[in-house]
Amino acid sequence: MKNLERRRVLRAMALAGTVAATGLLAGMTGAAMAQDRTSVKIGYAISKTGGNAGGAGITTLPNYKLWVKDVNDAGGLELPDGKKLPIEVIEYDDRSSAEEVVRAVERLATQDKVDFILVPWGTGFNLAVAPLFDRHGYPQLAVSAVTDKAPDFVKRWKKSFWMLGGGHDYANALASILADAKKAGTVNGKVAMISVADGFGIDLVTAARPAFKKAGIEVVYDKTYPGATSDFSPMINEAKSSGADAFVAFSYPPETFALTQQAQVAGFSPKILYLGVGTGFPVYGKNNGENATGIMSLGGIDPNNKMNAEYRKRHEAVTGVAPDYWGSVITYASLQMLQEAIKRKGLDKAAVSAELASGAFQTVLGETKFENNQLRQLWWTGQWQNGQFVGVMPADRNGASKVILPRGDWKKK
Amino acid sequence: MLVAALLSGLVLGGTYALVAMGLTLQYGIARIMNLAYGEMIISAAFLAYVMFSTLGLNPVAGLLIAVPAGFALGYVIYGAMMTPLVARARDKASLEIDSILATFGLLFVFQGVMLVTFGANFTSYSYLNDPVTIFGTTLAANRVLALILAVVFGGGLYLLLTRTLWGTALRAVAVNPGAAPLVGIDVNRAARLAFALGSGLAAAGGVVISMYQTFTATSGVVFTMKALIVVIMGGVGNLIGALSAGLILGLVETFVATYVDPGLTLAATYAIFLSVLLWRPAGLFGRLMR
Repeated sequence: MKNLERRRVLRAMALAGTVAATGLLAGMTGAAMAQDRTSVKIGYAISKTGGNAGGAGITTLPNYKLWVKDVNDAGGLELPDGKKLPIEVIEYDDRSSAEEVVRAVERLATQDKVDFILVPWGTGFNLAVAPLFDRHGYPQLAVSAVTDKAPDFVKRWKKSFWMLGGGHDYANALASILADAKKAGTVNGKVAMISVADGFGIDLVTAARPAFKKAGIEVVYDKTYPGATSDFSPMINEAKSSGADAFVAFSYPPETFALTQQAQVAGFSPKILYLGVGTGFPVYGKNNGENATGIMSLGGIDPNNKMNAEYRKRHEAVTGVAPDYWGSVITYASLQMLQEAIKRKGLDKAAVSAELASGAFQTVLGETKFENNQLRQLWWTGQWQNGQFVGVMPADRNGASKVILPRGDWKKK
Repeated sequence: MLVAALLSGLVLGGTYALVAMGLTLQYGIARIMNLAYGEMIISAAFLAYVMFSTLGLNPVAGLLIAVPAGFALGYVIYGAMMTPLVARARDKASLEIDSILATFGLLFVFQGVMLVTFGANFTSYSYLNDPVTIFGTTLAANRVLALILAVVFGGGLYLLLTRTLWGTALRAVAVNPGAAPLVGIDVNRAARLAFALGSGLAAAGGVVISMYQTFTATSGVVFTMKALIVVIMGGVGNLIGALSAGLILGLVETFVATYVDPGLTLAATYAIFLSVLLWRPAGLFGRLMR
């Protein structure tokens, strides 16, 4: 009995010793690894193929590439001790599938063990990965996500940041433009409105209906259409004969382009023309030239902001494509914020998140700061003026341009 | 309003018909269910875009380059990829399955090449985006062109298929590929020609569509789906069937959008598709095979 007990004690001691030794060893290699760290791993899953590839390929991916190049050309990401480490990128294609984006982010967190994860493109995809970012402790700087629920989300996922506002912000801004124009006698206060029966269109139109009502704007035509609709002539004809002199479409890019062309063909030239995503794409201004003037949409830029102008030039030079006038610059600014937060706090994800939430950052947008984990310094409405898509709402924001109404008739080519 | 809806519908249907006719040739005569069909359309659209934006060549002239190029591409693809499948296929069903798998792979090859070359951006330019007034209705010239081309190609090929010996041989292969060799028809050659012709038509569709529709490297599948509906509805392998089914779809969509609700166009498309199939299981002009 005694013998047995002694043996057990000995065995326990030996075991403890081994464990301690292994632990120490592991600790030492851990420390050694941190010293030998030669790069910062940054991963992301993005839609390179499938239905979302068009949007992601304009707003998100070129900015990721530009930022990585900018950082690595400057020697790497700076850490608090002044040391610079180059960025090592791990990229996955989510093939525009929500399941795939979740799987890829899970993989980035658990298998690739990246230091930081950049966000995917799209409202739905950002919501899909938000619980994962939260569970693994990564800060989520969601840019291409328009949601009115952001105040709730930041309570649920404390390290999530929402950078493109919500449907109500955009709808209220548009309603106030319409109301002002009606008061000034520019328009008759009647609006024809169509929207795509999908995330973005539903969000915006649900916010717009009450906003227009409150502003005393009468909606005389209000229809939704299925995604990938290519022929809008029936809707344009109805809107034309409805007596409205303002036309609003909460549309996706292909439809935005089609609407612009078909409105010209039909000779439908409302005094206020507001179209959805795609209006702020550089190709839109290029294709429509003079005819783009006066058309309004979401987003915009301050044409006199030097840093932004320089960013736009560099974006085009490095990636070969011009940035859009809405989410692009915000995407780049979000990366600069991350970079600066890492410089201040190192690679500790929790500390970086806390710094992002409370700190102020110099970005291409100027001084940028989150309010309750949301970016609120945004342009709610923009308008094409002199070949640029400039921000007109909020009108009292620094750098706002004045709305020019009514927009002229279509120019004949 | 009625005339406007009627004409807009016909013009929209012209696009559908133009896009579907190539597929009906490929599926009906060559018996290749080409899932990469939409990608062929988009390739031609990119070709037209490049010719228009860099060489300043107008897309109508571009047709003269794109259609033969499409024909040649189809000819090569059939020779390289499909001939081995045809040679080892025991019956029609196994060829269909093999060709679906093979062209499904081809779809990604096409898509990948376009993604690498052009990126994932939305591409569009505008050409012939001018109003044309017909019976007091304003229509876009480029869409009217699509309708005219659909009618010309559809009618022309129909005449070729029904009035010439060569066309009769193609139809013989479509009806009974097993018996066609007995009367001295080279089935393989006929199928290869039909496949190449279908690719040429796809190229024509792509060039016309690029004039008014925004496309990306990955939007081909939309066209394959639409073309498939039109082909099945019109009767597999029947050009006039594809033409009329395309026009019917266009009319239904426009009438529903004008008089009911634009939100129901997609539902109406499938409703008319289902009812046609219930009424005539082999499609409008198809004949049931034993």
